[in-house]
Amino acid sequence: MATYILRRVLYSIPVILIASFLLLWSVRQTFDPCAQFRTSQGGAASVARCRASLQLDDSIFTQYGHWLGDAVQGNLGQSQQTNAEVSTTITSAFWYTIQLIFWGILVSALLSILLGVYSAIRQYSIGDYTFTALAFIGLAMPPFWFGLIAIQFLSVELKDVLGTSQPVFGFVGLHSGDSTGFNMDYVRHLVLPVMTLTVQIIAEWSRFQRASMLDTMSADYIRTARAKGVPRRRVVVRHGLRNALIPLVTVMALDIGALFGGIVITEKIFSIPGMGRLFLTALLQGDVPVLEAWLVVTAIFIVLFNLLADVLYGVLDPRIRLS
Amino acid sequence: MTDERTSTGSRPLMPVGVGPALPVAPGDGEFEIASHAEPVARSQWQLFWRRFVRHRIAIASIVVLLILVLLCFGASFFAPFPNNQQDLLLGPVSPNGTHWLGTDELGRDQLTRLLYAGQISLKIGFAVAFISTVVGTAIGALAGFFGKATDQALMRATDLFLVLPAIAILALALEFFGHTDTVIIIVLAGLFWMSVARVVRGQVLSLKEKEFVEAARASGASPLRIIVRHIIPNIIGPIMLNVTLGVAAAIITESTLSFLGFGVQPPQTSWGNMLSDAEGYVGTSQSYLLYAPGLLILLTVLAVNFIGDGLSDAFDPQSEKH
Repeated sequence: MATYILRRVLYSIPVILIASFLLLWSVRQTFDPCAQFRTSQGGAASVARCRASLQLDDSIFTQYGHWLGDAVQGNLGQSQQTNAEVSTTITSAFWYTIQLIFWGILVSALLSILLGVYSAIRQYSIGDYTFTALAFIGLAMPPFWFGLIAIQFLSVELKDVLGTSQPVFGFVGLHSGDSTGFNMDYVRHLVLPVMTLTVQIIAEWSRFQRASMLDTMSADYIRTARAKGVPRRRVVVRHGLRNALIPLVTVMALDIGALFGGIVITEKIFSIPGMGRLFLTALLQGDVPVLEAWLVVTAIFIVLFNLLADVLYGVLDPRIRLS
Repeated sequence: MTDERTSTGSRPLMPVGVGPALPVAPGDGEFEIASHAEPVARSQWQLFWRRFVRHRIAIASIVVLLILVLLCFGASFFAPFPNNQQDLLLGPVSPNGTHWLGTDELGRDQLTRLLYAGQISLKIGFAVAFISTVVGTAIGALAGFFGKATDQALMRATDLFLVLPAIAILALALEFFGHTDTVIIIVLAGLFWMSVARVVRGQVLSLKEKEFVEAARASGASPLRIIVRHIIPNIIGPIMLNVTLGVAAAIITESTLSFLGFGVQPPQTSWGNMLSDAEGYVGTSQSYLLYAPGLLILLTVLAVNFIGDGLSDAFDPQSEKH
């Protein structure tokens, strides 16, 4: 198991290096890292100083080496818009995003396993048809539209119906006022963003779980277990579900990138100051240091997640780690 | 379509199982001929088509999609008002008899805008799916057939793109290349072809070991001929399925990018773009502007997905059990 994990870690290092190089290169192709000095007083001199400090006249490889050298020491430069340390900005934004990702994965994994297993063991029941129809709609709907509609119905109109002064589900930020920590207010603010983030993923994963469960339940060893007299519930959970989870884990790992895409939409709609919003503002302002750091940090995060999934995969399926 | 059926006497040809059974009078000479009729040979395409038309939702979806395409691209004929006609004195009004879906801030008719916006959304959806499928199939087939270097390059390149959210890459690329619909089509296709290529590659890898490919090679067919005439026709199912998936993904991605402000820019309008405007109207008296563009995206993608479902069932009858 240890060598298996080690091999996966070693493979992801070059992936991150090449990806970060390409990202740095494409960001610097798109935006001028010294654009802010062009309009300021004494422009030419400041631009020259800026270009010199970033070594922009050297080859892209030297620039990358320079950037990488700083980055591994935790120095990601300063934002061109706010002059704040990029590492601080990213850390504080990441905290919001990690909350959304955590709840998002938790909710979607639990719900889709539940729905998928139910649909599989009650195949062609009314419940199965309902969930299938809902999954089709969930997959065909732009998630941001779902978010807007959810605000309209579950916050605005529900508030009018109930006649309360505050909407039941908040849609601005993760807390109202200066409340902090894990409390009812937090939960009420989480519901809509997590729904928006996960609607498409639950639709996809539950379909996947259903198919994989159906496959597993028709396997010979399931019939053997039933024939031996193992109770049905135990067969479903211990023999069926455990094996049916393996394919889902792969899909989950591959979808983490999509989840991060969803973060951009969700945080924009619900005004949450996380990574998604940071990316949008940085891109609109052409804030090169923030963009570079954002893309690389995200890439590392996704690679780590894939790694975690690989390890989990090895735990669930002993055949994988031996091959 | 090739007609390989043999004529049986004077009886009109009738595919088995289709249409009302012909009344057969006992003792009539016809009876004997009918019972000894040679088995009707059908081409792959006929078999495919018969399985496809059984998928009622897929057929209905084709009709819906055709109507949508007709309405949008015939907008100059169907739309109740001229494109972008403003009526500032009117301003925003809720749906009523004249303006079925209401008007926006500038007094523009929402239904008219929807139809014209549909032209851009649908064009991007279909063009991206078409281009990415053609390019992806070509590269995937080459990588799978010739293997080695091309294959490695393709797999590693797609690995790289898996470590980043597609939305981020696309938004950055559009900042670099610009925001017109043509650029959006090229940039989206530039990302989407890779998944098609991976699918095609996998299929080609397993097919090229089959006997019929060996037979073709033994009889002197060139690699190009083997790919085009022998391998591609066998994987047309997954390829067609990918076209439908591509249309759906392209329409949703375009709308998302436009919503975020990196996609189609005004004065060009797409459905996503209209929703970007409507975001500010959530919870206001103009919230009616929220629904129609999203519903049209939903309807289009739903229809395309159902067609894809019908196609994959028709190409692979075994998949019907799920």
